[in-house]
Amino acid sequence: GRARPSHSEPRGRDGGGGEEEEMEGWQQLYPGHIPTSPLQKALLAAGSAVMALYDPYRHDMVAVLGETTGCLALPNLRDKMKNHPEGYRILQERPRIRLSTLDMARLQGLPDGSLGREYVRFLEDNKVSPDTRMPPKFVDDEELAYVIQRYREVHDLMHTLLGMPTNMLGEVVVKWFEAIQTGLPMCVLGAAFGPARLSTRKLQVLATELVPWAIRSGLNASCVLNVYYEQRWEQPVESLREELGIFPPP
Amino acid sequence: VYQVFENVAKKYDVMNDSMTLGIHRVWKDILVHKMNPCPGTLLLDVAGGTGDIAFRFINYVRSVRERQLQRKLKDHQNLSWQEIFESYQKDKFNSLGDSQVVVCDINREMLKVGKQKAQHLGYSEGLSWVLGNAEELPFDDDKFDVYTIAFGIRNVTRIDLALQEAYRVLKPGGRFLCLEFSHVSNPLLSRLYDLYSFQVIPVLGEVIAGDWRSYQYLVESIRQFPPQEELKAMIEDAGFFKVDYENLNSGIVAIHSGFKL
Repeated sequence: GRARPSHSEPRGRDGGGGEEEEMEGWQQLYPGHIPTSPLQKALLAAGSAVMALYDPYRHDMVAVLGETTGCLALPNLRDKMKNHPEGYRILQERPRIRLSTLDMARLQGLPDGSLGREYVRFLEDNKVSPDTRMPPKFVDDEELAYVIQRYREVHDLMHTLLGMPTNMLGEVVVKWFEAIQTGLPMCVLGAAFGPARLSTRKLQVLATELVPWAIRSGLNASCVLNVYYEQRWEQPVESLREELGIFPPP
Repeated sequence: VYQVFENVAKKYDVMNDSMTLGIHRVWKDILVHKMNPCPGTLLLDVAGGTGDIAFRFINYVRSVRERQLQRKLKDHQNLSWQEIFESYQKDKFNSLGDSQVVVCDINREMLKVGKQKAQHLGYSEGLSWVLGNAEELPFDDDKFDVYTIAFGIRNVTRIDLALQEAYRVLKPGGRFLCLEFSHVSNPLLSRLYDLYSFQVIPVLGEVIAGDWRSYQYLVESIRQFPPQEELKAMIEDAGFFKVDYENLNSGIVAIHSGFKL
């Protein structure tokens, strides 16, 4: 459901209890939700953008930027999911990709080239874990909060499907793909400003081969959030790429 | 409260500068000037965590001491070199003049940051760091010349107990000084201040320290704190005399002062 503020101005409280859910007459819609006014969202968006550029290790700032600027893109994504049979099921069942829910042993046992095997290989090679994704705080709708959570958890699968590592170059390529696919302003900004920290040689490869391929794939592919990945671990990566419309990586 | 400050300790100073646009430095300077300590003063700074008041105290006392020594030097200009040299053996150029400050805080993390700062800035002598609770100080009666608590008393659950403890550990003639956020009576300024506090400060907390909730707590605790007159009455209840307060920035901050007689 949508959060509805009971008034538009914050009130200074004297002597009342300090429950932050009641702070501005708004409700906490999901665990971890922090209701915010439009002014606060604007300030957060600006602040997190600056901080993310200043200190690239502040992944939480990238997450906050995504949440505060996603007000147009997220409903769009949600509607795309609702209108697709598999996407609709995902919205109903709300699967989460977490180490506790994944059967790592089983996935490792799958044949090479299958989604599950390659995903686990990607996690091991790059030494990452799906549990490091931030839960959403500033999205004022709990279904949209799930959508952005799903987007974050599926990010590693994007890496697997696109065959990109987690270095700066790989991340930028994935961001370009995600920017086209989701329309999230955070992805667009990341795609535009990420290359600023790359060497010229890498920039060349990026501009001539990788980005055009990412854009073409992004435009051609159907919505990646509409794939129930948890039910497709056995499917070979190549076949999934074909099904989605992602061109083979260069 | 403890967990709030654990998160907050490392970014404390950065956050203070951002939230108050650096003005908190001026407020603390005014506090120490009001204190006007002379060499030999024993100060207890409670909830002094990262050492801001302690360092200012040391600087102040050092400069007073320097002036003292310069005056002494002038007086000695008519002595022979021999006599001047002999006077050195006796005096031991105590740059602080036996002044000392004990920084007491309930939070280990804050003290750690304070100690690191002291080392970094070159403060070595005259400083002690003690872990303790303002409601139950680990010190004996009648020990200190001055007791300060800067932006700490609003975090104490039982303010009356903290005031009683302050009274207990001060020497007769000792001074109590409290620097704290207070109430703004001017309605226009109050609205602007509220807007800034509730809209901007938690955002700053999230962006700089990654911690919205601690700074939300901060602005709420400021609103719930007793206003100037009420705090004055509480200080009088603890036994202090000549209790007075000075508003800084129209009441955003106030310095309360009292004496143990």
